[in-house]
Amino acid sequence: MSDRPVEFRGLGFAPQPVRYAALAAFAVLLAIWEYAGRAGLVSPIFLPPPSTIAKALADLWAQGLLLRHLSESAYRLVFGWGLGTFVGLAAGFAMGIWSVSRAIGVPFVSALFPIPKISLLPLLILWLGIGEASKVATIALGVFFPTVIATYAAIDAVPRNLIRMGQSFGLPTSDVLRKIVLPGALPGILAGFRISSSIALILLVSAEMIGAQYGIGAFVLQAGNLMLTDQLLAGVVILSILGLAIGTGLGQLEKRLLRWR
Amino acid sequence: MELVCEGIAHRYGALDVLAGIDLAVQPGECLALLGPSGCGKSTLLGIMGGLLAPSSGRVVLRGEAPASSLNPITYVFQDFALLPWRTVAGNVALALEHRGLSKTEMDARVADALARTSLTEFRDAFPKQLSGGMRQRVGIARALSVDPAVLLLDEPLSALDAQTRDLLMEDFLKLWLASRTTSVYVTHNLQEALRLADRICVLSRRPGRIKEIVALDLPQASRGSPDAARRMAEWAEHLWHLIRDEAAVAEREVANVR
Repeated sequence: MSDRPVEFRGLGFAPQPVRYAALAAFAVLLAIWEYAGRAGLVSPIFLPPPSTIAKALADLWAQGLLLRHLSESAYRLVFGWGLGTFVGLAAGFAMGIWSVSRAIGVPFVSALFPIPKISLLPLLILWLGIGEASKVATIALGVFFPTVIATYAAIDAVPRNLIRMGQSFGLPTSDVLRKIVLPGALPGILAGFRISSSIALILLVSAEMIGAQYGIGAFVLQAGNLMLTDQLLAGVVILSILGLAIGTGLGQLEKRLLRWR
Repeated sequence: MELVCEGIAHRYGALDVLAGIDLAVQPGECLALLGPSGCGKSTLLGIMGGLLAPSSGRVVLRGEAPASSLNPITYVFQDFALLPWRTVAGNVALALEHRGLSKTEMDARVADALARTSLTEFRDAFPKQLSGGMRQRVGIARALSVDPAVLLLDEPLSALDAQTRDLLMEDFLKLWLASRTTSVYVTHNLQEALRLADRICVLSRRPGRIKEIVALDLPQASRGSPDAARRMAEWAEHLWHLIRDEAAVAEREVANVR
């Protein structure tokens, strides 16, 4: 038998980082979009080119409207997400640690979690009025359930041998919770934050579209009603940037708190 | 300190795991618990360490722990049980932080434990950066830092490869000979038991009962010498005879359960 080199057959199926690929693809997409708009291939009423959207954004900033809408939305988002997260963490911890809380909490959460929370807004408006409280409560409710589920599942996933180890060294229960359970559950809790922040953003826009004068959701709806598609898309861009900023912030938080991974 | 088990029995639901265990671990001795898989060795160790409540019987500590002992009964875990978010030094310090020590004393205890286990230069490493053998060294350092009166070791070397196991066993033996801490060493490895123990308590298959206690009246330090080879072989043969049939039946039982 003659000598033949062994053929390499192990190509692919090993993801490699490709720098700037996403950025380049995004730039190409924007360029095509801009060209299509300027060349009259797409009606600017239905899809204005990126440069028009950028101008709309600049105008909004100059008029001070962007800040007004953003600050209203940020207020609702921060309070709604903060409240839902705080109560969700407390309930999730209780369910993760105490059997009685879990026995009571799991059926409640399972029954109420599937309800689309935006459907409760009319009821919340009846209870709390058309002001900020109903919108904040809607967001808080939407954030509460995924936070509870993520928290108690994360506590459940903390290896029991670590807890037994702490107990074997005589750690008081408070130390077991603070030094073992909480850090052990943190990856799961932070993953839950990503989900709950996305839900908060969706509910924010929905709630503002239903009953608000200011806020990005309200602005997008008003622009749509007036066929101002450049302003409508400017609002969508702001929402996208907001979502991206929240994701980046949470990513940094994970990097900082979970550097041991 | 002496650790005494009086009439220990344990069951998980309908499953009898341990029955009629009466056993005294003498001060300064290393007692190996040897037996087939599922015979309740680790359960018995958990009961000895107060991590499991026995269905019946009790465990008693006799004598006073030394004043320096912060955690008289201390565990070394099979899977190391290290906190991945803490460094090597942080993992050792975990055992001390709630003891009200001054920072100087705590740092000194951590440094001493790390030095005794040759971990000083790895004090700032995270567990994921260490090999299995090094991780178990951290587990041992953590146990040594509290100056235990009774050391309970739950198959501490079983998660390691053969080479690392041999190296760590010799290191552990040196440490143990220097302190002669009362120890209970759970293993299913005959060679580990023969190398380390003063006495070997052989348990039967489930429900685990004491089948025989074999005293090895040869100092650990001389067990590796050529002169000791014949005695070691005799003990090995006797112990293997004791556990072989039990292990075979236990294996079939485990297979049936699966």
